[in-house]
Amino acid sequence: MIRISTSTLIKLIFSFLFILSFASHAQDSLKTKKNSASQMNMDAAVNKPSLTSDKSPVTLGGYLEANSIYSTEEGISDGLSFQARRLTLFMSANIAKRISFMTELEIEDGGEEMAIEFAAIDVTLDPLLNFRGGIVMNPIGAFNQNHDGPKWEFVERPDMAVNMLAATLSNAGFGAYGKTYAGNWIFGYEAYVTNGFDNTIISNEEDKTYLPSAKENPERFMENHSGKATFTGKVSIKNRNLGELGISYMGGTYNKFEDDGEEIEDKARLDVFALDFNTTIKATNTTIIGEAAWSWIDIPSTYTQQYGEKQFGAFVDVVQPIYQNKVLEWENASLNFAARFDYVDWNIGKFKETNTNIGDERIAVTPAISFRPTPGTVFRINYRYQWDTDVINNPAEEAATWYFGFSTYF
Amino acid sequence: MKTYLNFVILILGIVFFSSCELTATGEPEEYELLDGPTEGLSKAESRRFVLGDVAFNDQIFTTETGLGPIFTGTSCVSCHAGDGKGHPFNGFTRFGQSDETGNHFLDQGGPQLQNKALPGYEPENLPSGAPHTKLVAPIVTGLGFLEAVTDDYLLSLQDPNDLDDDGIRGVVHWNHIPDYVKPHVDAVTQNGMYITRFGKKASVYNLLEQTADAYNQDIGITSVYEPYDTYSGDMQEPEIDEKTVNDVVFYLKTLKAPIQRNQDDPNVIAGQQVFETIDCAKCHLPEMQTGYSPIDAISNKTFHPYTDLLLHDMGPELDDGYTEGTATSAQWRTAPLWGLGLSGDSQGNAYYLMHDGRAHSIQQAIMLHGGEAINSRNMYENLSDEEKNKLLAFLESL
Repeated sequence: MIRISTSTLIKLIFSFLFILSFASHAQDSLKTKKNSASQMNMDAAVNKPSLTSDKSPVTLGGYLEANSIYSTEEGISDGLSFQARRLTLFMSANIAKRISFMTELEIEDGGEEMAIEFAAIDVTLDPLLNFRGGIVMNPIGAFNQNHDGPKWEFVERPDMAVNMLAATLSNAGFGAYGKTYAGNWIFGYEAYVTNGFDNTIISNEEDKTYLPSAKENPERFMENHSGKATFTGKVSIKNRNLGELGISYMGGTYNKFEDDGEEIEDKARLDVFALDFNTTIKATNTTIIGEAAWSWIDIPSTYTQQYGEKQFGAFVDVVQPIYQNKVLEWENASLNFAARFDYVDWNIGKFKETNTNIGDERIAVTPAISFRPTPGTVFRINYRYQWDTDVINNPAEEAATWYFGFSTYF
Repeated sequence: MKTYLNFVILILGIVFFSSCELTATGEPEEYELLDGPTEGLSKAESRRFVLGDVAFNDQIFTTETGLGPIFTGTSCVSCHAGDGKGHPFNGFTRFGQSDETGNHFLDQGGPQLQNKALPGYEPENLPSGAPHTKLVAPIVTGLGFLEAVTDDYLLSLQDPNDLDDDGIRGVVHWNHIPDYVKPHVDAVTQNGMYITRFGKKASVYNLLEQTADAYNQDIGITSVYEPYDTYSGDMQEPEIDEKTVNDVVFYLKTLKAPIQRNQDDPNVIAGQQVFETIDCAKCHLPEMQTGYSPIDAISNKTFHPYTDLLLHDMGPELDDGYTEGTATSAQWRTAPLWGLGLSGDSQGNAYYLMHDGRAHSIQQAIMLHGGEAINSRNMYENLSDEEKNKLLAFLESL
């Protein structure tokens, strides 16, 4: 994500609102662009609910997320807080036939973090071959592609996505994507070369190998820390009746091994492999979403074992609608039960000195109740119970958290 | 429908707001934890305790904040998880001194081997022929009480000539102290040396020296107290401010003394009697008194550390050939036993006892005692299994 100044952001927001005001005087329609049955996770970056006008090639939209939180850790609570997690603004434009533009501006934590999360131009040569360049989302796993708050029944994002992979990871770069259809089957791919990670992934205040720390680097959209491109690629296959399966890879050199032409470190790389799937069991209307990822990171043998060379993480969401009908004036309201299981092991291996397992793991379960007056708006109550084991494998620290919040497209 | 929805919302609201307390995690009992402040701190002292707590437990050093470039740990907590004993993976090696003539390897990186390095740097290697020992980090709770014990009190515990003929001598460690360390007003001196008491060899005078040295030697962090970079040897601008160092010192001073568990258990009571019968208590003193301290909560208090803070010759099995200050290589400071039963909570549900973690159980640790403790070890060996189990129950209650 690119960090931008507050004044620039305010200008962007005013511009956005101005365009929104203009567009709303036209014949408005809030709609998704295409039939959801033909959509895949890869389409989420550009296929969002948006306000369109017959008089303008520009579409506008966004979403807002806010919640209350009450957490206790080892019996100690800091009390009740209210969080304005993020306000995200979308804007897209059809520049010309076969050329379009889309951007996503995100303001997180009440304005503490402001970023351009996605801003790319798409040039369609063929449905199977589209060029995309700008600030692109690295398609590692499905959550990174498809993370809009209103789509999920949970206030927190999956641990694997946020704290192992770098959720909403985007970088400057370019590449290609495409889709093709055959009966009920859809095949899609994405492949990009972008700027990559940096040394902070193995030297950070989390005291663990932590890919998300690279998102803190404000220079990463202007300069590739390692000087070597990171490749991210994903292939997905979807059957309209069975669901979608995605396989993705991201890898490259992450460290600055040369400076001013001098070799200052051994070259070190990271490789990440992810599997994702989602399906809806038609008989029960149960939706299951899951993702697993493995990462391998080169770490010098003379560095501390605090930083892991291998990581694994996974999450599974199960969402069961229990009531779907008209409520008040909402025609397609639904009440859902849901549950999430999170697991991350940031440091797979054994200590050299004792041959005992290295810890640094997290397990969390989150039962949830959500109410959707419309598909694009969700009110949710979550209860999350989490077990954190430190690197030495001492008894886990337990934390319990209640959330009540909402997320809505607009 | 509207009534139904209102009912659902009402129920969910009641469940949500009434569940917060009911579904919270349980709070561990005070006696199950090593961390936490000494009872009786003022509000201002509690505030400072929290500042030190954050610096000790939350501040992770990175390349940007001064870590290394050669080091043994990345933070205080990486070696003292939960303020308890350390794990061998973050153990460290000291080298370069075999007798009271001093460390002859200071120009080769002594006394501590920084065996880890940032990418692009080479860690230190043990110089050929250097005397050395491996160490695991000690428990850090209750240190303020140990610091507040007067020199006169420690001198009264000595028996250098074994006048009571029990085979146990015990001596204070006379050692030089750094310029930045201010001796206590009632400090006793001898030939320009002071009574030091912290560290496995009791070679460190007070918690400021211990803290500044640990930042420097363990993490590679320079301060106004220890301004020399361990890698280059050059004097550097402080990488941590003086206030933070002193907040950590205050935190260590005011960490509570571990609380004994199961004190009313008959086996624990019987085990304590065994402990005294076989003379363990002659060195692992069950009770000590502090002198005056500007912190009321630790001033003139009785506490239960199970140490005498004296050096004892522990025999050839524990003589690694390395020493510090004026101690001999066979001499070790009596390790405080408080918190022993909670070692597993900081050592990954395992025991790594003695100075280097070589003992994987309390029984093994006892059997490694030699030298001045040989009589106690022999008496332990002659105990019945039942007596041994009671002794174990007592030690695990500490």
